[in-house]
Formats: sequence, C-alpha cells, structure tokens
Amino acid sequence: MNGGWLAGKKSQFTKDEALKEYFKFLADDALILGQQLSRWCSKGPVLEQDIAIINTSLDHIGRARLLYQELAKIEGNGATEDTLAYFRDHQEFRNALLLEQPNGHWGDSVVRSFFIDTFNFFLYDGLRRCENQVLAGIAEKSVKEIAYQAQWSAEWVIRLGDGTEESHEKVQKSIDNLWMWTGELFEKYPVFESLDSSFIDFSTLKTQWIEKVALVLETATLQMPNPESWMQTGGRLGVHTSHLGFILAEMQSLPRTYPDAAW
Amino acid sequence: MGTNVSLEDNFQTYVDGENKVEPKDWMPEKYRKTLIRQISQHAHSEIIGMQPEANWITRAPSLRAKLILLAKVQDEAGHGLYLYSAAETLGESREKMISDLQSGKAKYSSIFNYPTPSWADMGTIGWLVDGAAIQNQVMLTRTSYGPYARAMVKICKEESFHQRQGYEVVMKLAQGTPEQKAMAQESLNRWWWPSLMMFGPSDDESPNSAQSMKWKIKRKSNDTLRQEFVDKTVPQVEYLGLTVPDSDLKWNEARGHYDFGIINWDEFYAVIQGNGPCNKERIAHHVEAHEEGAWVREAANAFAQKQAQRKKNTGAAA
Repeated sequence: MNGGWLAGKKSQFTKDEALKEYFKFLADDALILGQQLSRWCSKGPVLEQDIAIINTSLDHIGRARLLYQELAKIEGNGATEDTLAYFRDHQEFRNALLLEQPNGHWGDSVVRSFFIDTFNFFLYDGLRRCENQVLAGIAEKSVKEIAYQAQWSAEWVIRLGDGTEESHEKVQKSIDNLWMWTGELFEKYPVFESLDSSFIDFSTLKTQWIEKVALVLETATLQMPNPESWMQTGGRLGVHTSHLGFILAEMQSLPRTYPDAAW
Repeated sequence: MGTNVSLEDNFQTYVDGENKVEPKDWMPEKYRKTLIRQISQHAHSEIIGMQPEANWITRAPSLRAKLILLAKVQDEAGHGLYLYSAAETLGESREKMISDLQSGKAKYSSIFNYPTPSWADMGTIGWLVDGAAIQNQVMLTRTSYGPYARAMVKICKEESFHQRQGYEVVMKLAQGTPEQKAMAQESLNRWWWPSLMMFGPSDDESPNSAQSMKWKIKRKSNDTLRQEFVDKTVPQVEYLGLTVPDSDLKWNEARGHYDFGIINWDEFYAVIQGNGPCNKERIAHHVEAHEEGAWVREAANAFAQKQAQRKKNTGAAA
C-alpha cells in the first residue's frame, strides 16, 4: 500500500479490532446501500417497482441496525446504532466504494444492486455458520431477504439486457462503468488474518461471484468486462470517493445540528 | 326513458337497503363517474402524498425513524396501487388515470401542495393529515360501492397505525429539548388550518355532496366530519402542551362541541386551482419520474413479449 494513495493505513489488527472492522464492513455496506436505494422512493419507473425498491431499502437498513446494535455492544463507551450511523465521518466508514456511487438511472442502480446482492448472497450464506453467534443469527435471518434481492436485481439486468436496443446499450454501459468498483469486494484484508476462518474471507467468494455474474450477463445477452482489469480500492480502509461526503452530510444533518436531542 | 327511470329507482332502493354495488351490477352513469373521480383522486393523493414524506427519508434523524418512515411511504404506494385497481373495476385504465393526473384534469388532496421543510412535519402529517384522512375513510368503509368499501377497510387499519406513529414523532419533539418543542409548534401552526381544509368546502358550498349522500357514496357531510376531527384533535394538542393556532377556538358547552375560527377559503381555492407552494413541483416530479422510466417500461414490455414468443415456440416444437 506504500507509494500510492492508500499510504499510511493500518495493516495489523488485534482480534478485537478486527472484529469491529468486520462488523463495520457489513453494517456500513448495508446502511449506505439502503440510504442510496431509498432515494428512489416516488421516482421508480412504475409504482410496483417503487414498492419493490423501498422494500429492499427497508431490508438493508433493518440489517444495518442489527449489525450496528451488536457493534455498539462491542464498542461500549455509550455507542449506539445511531451514534455509529450519525456521528462518524467519511474516513471512519468502511463500506465498499461501489455502494457510494450515484444512483444514476434505473439501469445503473440495478447493476450496482446486482453486483453487491450477488456478493452478499454468497457472503451471508457462509456467515450462517460463523462462530460469532450474533452474526450467524443475523446472517440466517438476512439470507432469505438477500436471496430475493439478488433474484430481483438479476431479473432486471436480464430484462434490460434482453429488452430493447436502447435498454441493452444503457445497461451495458452501466456494467462497464461500475465494473472497476467490483474488484474491491474480493480483496484480502489484513483483518481476516486476525479472525477465525468462520468469518468469511471476502477473497474466497470471487470465483463463485464471477461464475454467477457471467451466467446472468450471458442470459441478458450482455458482455462481461475483464475481471482482471485495474480495480479501484480504498473503502474498507476508510479512503472514499467524494460521493460519500454528500451522502453523510445529508443523512447526518439533523442529529448533528441538535446533538443533545433524542428522536 | 321510462325504463331508465325505473332502473335508477331500483338502484336507489337497492342502495337504500344498505346493499353493496358490485362491478358487474347496473349503475347510473353518473354514479360510475362520481366514483371514478373520487377513487382515482384518492389514489393520486396517496401517490403524490409520497413526495413530501420521501423528502425526509434520507434525513430521518435515527435509523428507527428512517425505517418507520420508509415503511409508511411504502404503505402509501401500496394504497395507491390498491385504489387504482378499485377504480379499474369501473372501467377506467391506470394509464388514463395517470395521464389525467399529469395533465391536471384529475385532482389530488390539496394538502400535499404544502412543503415539508421540517422533520416535525413527518410527525404532524401522520397525526393531523392522516388523522383527517381517517375521519373520512372510516366513513368510506361503509360506502355503497363494494370494492371501494373493502379497499377502505384494509387502508384504514394501516392509516390508524400511521397516525399513532405520527403522534409519537410529535410527542418526542414536544417532550424534547426547547428547540424540538418549538419545532413541533412551528409545524402545527403550518398544518392545522390546511388539515381542516381537507374536509372540503362548507356543506352549503359543496355542489356534489347531496347526490353522493343520496347514493351513500358519502355518508357524513364535510362540516360534520370537520367538527368531529376538531373535537377529537384539540385534546391531543393540549396533552402535548402545544397550542392550536386559532384564537377563536373554545369549548361550547351548549353544543357539546368546540367552536372554531373561519377557514381562509381564499387560500383553499387558490391551492386547489394550482397556486399552492408546491402544485407545480409535485406534478413536475411525477412527470419527470414517469418520463425517465419510459425506456425501462418499454424494455420490460419488450422482454415479456420475447419471453411469451419463446414459450410459444417451445410449445409448438413439443
């Protein structure tokens, strides 16, 4: 990591620190994606899809709450789900950069969801057997929702890819544009080395993910970009794109304006 | 002509006997038209009503509040869908209703032409606006058109829940810091009178009401519903330690009701005629989402057609 823009990042973690980081990976992914999807409310292409996307946003934020509640217990010092969501700044967030990318049009949002939902499906399926009982419980509860989400977003990729010429072109472009943010999902972080192997090492999910994505894109008559092309990274280390600053500024504005208030 | 009169008489007798009218029954054309107008207007209100609340989803001050608000707006989208379906049983297509909404031909509840600059508005809307809507909708669970009455039973249950949630938001503010309490009062000041306007013009100014009452589409007059709402809500305001922004408000022992001041009818009609602070914004938002979604709907249709064709081809081959 030396000699590039990720210089100076922590590379060794105690077991305790690693556990907190791992919860942040999962919780921040869920919160940021839920927050982004909630922006579609009242803007969907058809009423039924407005309802579907709000539902997905609800699932993500619901999962973020469960994860933050547990993280707050581990953190102690008066931390709560809300202090974690509302009183951390961008460099303390650990979400993947993919999730903070703008909603764009329906195709952009659907592709972003498809990439992360497919990742989440394999991740949470594995985490059901995690030695951490709370995390295993959350995974058990979430995996059904995630299976539905992964199906929903894959179906939309297929529909747009194999729909009209216009939709095919648009969604291919979404895939090409978002592709460089996918590699980060499968990096092997030092955090994994300090944890029991039942905390899934994200890098082990890459093969399954590529197989599934390739299959869906083929059905959608779309081209899969090269998985070995140059990928962006930084989110898991707290190095983010400019988008996250705006997402947080908006999300956190009220509690930060009235820090003594309870809502 | 004679036959027509007799059909209408039979219809009136049927409705007078508290029987429900179903989609395939004969009904006067004006009854059908009135219902299409009323149900689609109700559906549009649910859909346009998503906007002032969606405005706060990304800024809800706690994760719990964010979840509750999301779920509420999702319910509203569901109600819209349900009501569009009820109107479709009368022979009106959803495309037609949406195009009437966007052209300004169809109306929606005027209350949603007011803005929501404050988080407190998320509480006040649930408490007062949904509260006023419930007053109307409880009556509609007994309306003479079957599909509408049944839709209302389901919708009322969820609306009551929203009203409790709204009240909870306001209560937290009213019992919170001085800034929060001021926030709640400021919001109440803006929403109190528009909420009373939701019941529509006074009975002597309400041209469609008499016929609707006769057909039992409507079962209580605008003024009766408004009075019930005031009587029910004033004690809630007092419980919160807030003040109703009406210097003429006082309990009338002889009537057994609250007396209240005069609604600003000029504002009421101005907003209905398109001159509220958000009329243009609400429709523009709806039109924009609809237009931006056009290529997505086309793709979904094209894909569905291809799938149907493939299925047919496979079927023919087998």
